[in-house]
Amino acid sequence: MTPQPHTAPDQARLSVVNDPEQIRRAEGLLVEAIERHAYSKAAIFAIRLSFNEAISNAFRHGHATLPADLPVFFNYAVAADQVRIEIEDQGPGFDPSTVPDPTLEENIERGSGRGLLLIRSYMASAEYNAKGNRLVMVYQRPGTSQAAS
Amino acid sequence: MPADESRVRVKRINNVSQVEFIDRDVLDEGNIQAIEEEIVRLIEAEDAPRLLISFANVEHLSSAALGHLISINNRIRARAGQLRLANIDPQIYEVFLITRLNKIFQIHETTDEAMKSFQP
Repeated sequence: MTPQPHTAPDQARLSVVNDPEQIRRAEGLLVEAIERHAYSKAAIFAIRLSFNEAISNAFRHGHATLPADLPVFFNYAVAADQVRIEIEDQGPGFDPSTVPDPTLEENIERGSGRGLLLIRSYMASAEYNAKGNRLVMVYQRPGTSQAAS
Repeated sequence: MPADESRVRVKRINNVSQVEFIDRDVLDEGNIQAIEEEIVRLIEAEDAPRLLISFANVEHLSSAALGHLISINNRIRARAGQLRLANIDPQIYEVFLITRLNKIFQIHETTDEAMKSFQP
């Protein structure tokens, strides 16, 4: 891939099936784009973690009953002030408000359910569509403000 | 990567199994499952197992990995054993703080501190 000037938006639209190698490749493209825009090590940590949690949720929950070769759609746009990531699965969707708070004492030892908490902790915004099968999350570079969408 | 390749290094010191991750990224479910299976074999090999898991090489981990750590902790408790975590990078420690799992696990800055904390 030809390196982009760091001021140009860096974006891609990808289809990813539930294969660790494909997921790593998609993540690699995202990380390369973030690095081209000189985001910090902490930003890369936050964005990688959020990407992995979101795509894992999409396959584990969204595609739980769907064929294994059905792809999840992954779009990203990296700009100087923010990184916007969209992950859409082909499942029936869910209501994120029904996910129990994993930090409550009665849930603290549950084996799962922490992905959304981590995404919301690290990203400036993380919103599902009404159907609950598409997550749009935005990482905002510290010191810049989030534009209204 | 061959399916039978170990994902952890294990040292046995003073009746403690010291486990260190080989991978910098502990993210994908397949790898994490394989790691848990290796650790479970260590736990089930003795009564009152004493296990120290070092995160010295780990740069990224997922919430799935946290779920497996909880499962490991429960197995150790069920056998009246002890689990300690050590050498956690500050960024990863923040993940423990966000999820409040720092309250569940005994976390030490260094391997030496963790070793000293085991009850006889």
